[in-house]
Amino acid sequence: MSFFERLIGRRDKSSSGEVAKERLRLVLAHDRADISPALLDMLKDEIVTVISRHVAIDVESVQVTFSQSARETRLVADIPLLTRRGRRKR
Amino acid sequence: MAARVVTITSGKGGVGKTTLAANLGVALAMQGQRVVVVDADVGLRNLDVMLGLENRVVYDLVDVVEGRCRLRQALVRDKRLSEFFLLPAAQTRDKSAVQPDDMVRVCESLREQHDFVLIDSPAGIEQGFRYAVAPADEILIVTNPEIAAVRDADRVIGLIEAEEQDLAQLIINRLRPDMVRRGEMLDIADVVELLAIDLIGIVPEDKAILISANRGQPLAFSSDSSLAGRAFHNIARRLLGKDVPFITLHEPGVLERFFRFVRSGGD
Repeated sequence: MSFFERLIGRRDKSSSGEVAKERLRLVLAHDRADISPALLDMLKDEIVTVISRHVAIDVESVQVTFSQSARETRLVADIPLLTRRGRRKR
Repeated sequence: MAARVVTITSGKGGVGKTTLAANLGVALAMQGQRVVVVDADVGLRNLDVMLGLENRVVYDLVDVVEGRCRLRQALVRDKRLSEFFLLPAAQTRDKSAVQPDDMVRVCESLREQHDFVLIDSPAGIEQGFRYAVAPADEILIVTNPEIAAVRDADRVIGLIEAEEQDLAQLIINRLRPDMVRRGEMLDIADVVELLAIDLIGIVPEDKAILISANRGQPLAFSSDSSLAGRAFHNIARRLLGKDVPFITLHEPGVLERFFRFVRSGGD
């Protein structure tokens, strides 16, 4: 932890307390939604299949994650479309 | 009478439920409340030894449920306080001896003579947990700033919310300010943010708790001698609706104080 961080009382990102918090954040999201990492992967694959049937998407960059606000959990899919410019690039 | 039934639960074992039940009971009684603490951990009775009342147990919760004695006969009175009673758990039975309806019925009777009925729930999320929360008006979730305890607390909160008993408040027990300061422990803000329920108490780790348990003399009896003892009394006051600030566990640095000052608009 740097001198400055200690002064303002902020925690080092690599401290074990911070690691515990980040791990818990993910574990709780999975627990609350009752969705395992494996199921999340499967969902992602199926979403990709369905969407790409109709529009061109950047499959490599698709992200399916949880978002958490208070005790509400959401499934968030971030699906970049291949715009004309993007397609030309390929 | 409008007694309040408060269940203390946690999911994970060993986080300090029984210690909290004993000390919170004593603190409430010292503040003039008529209190009964119910040991709901059938088969693993412990609240009696924490309170130093183990030699006075005659009947227990299961005897009451199965009609072998009247409720009054099973209550052990703590002579150190004016209105403080223990309803002990059975030691040689298991959780299947009590149904949620039984606990509701027993608590209905206890409400008549007391201001607070504190139920010390067993660990876990099975039968014992189910009957311990069934009669509750309010639920106190105990956790430690530690990864497994927080996860289990979250599970319990989820179960309580599914039953639409959304009256749960959080107690963070066994906080070690020195470790938090070094970034080696989840801090209060982390736990509250992750679990997203209201905080009602913070109890620091304190050797005096074990020493007082050795003697069967809960720390709350001497409220001023330790940080933890004061923390128990503060929780009791908050339960009684008083606005008590949380104990400051560390001295803020110069800049931290400055930023707080700026953020608060300088007042």
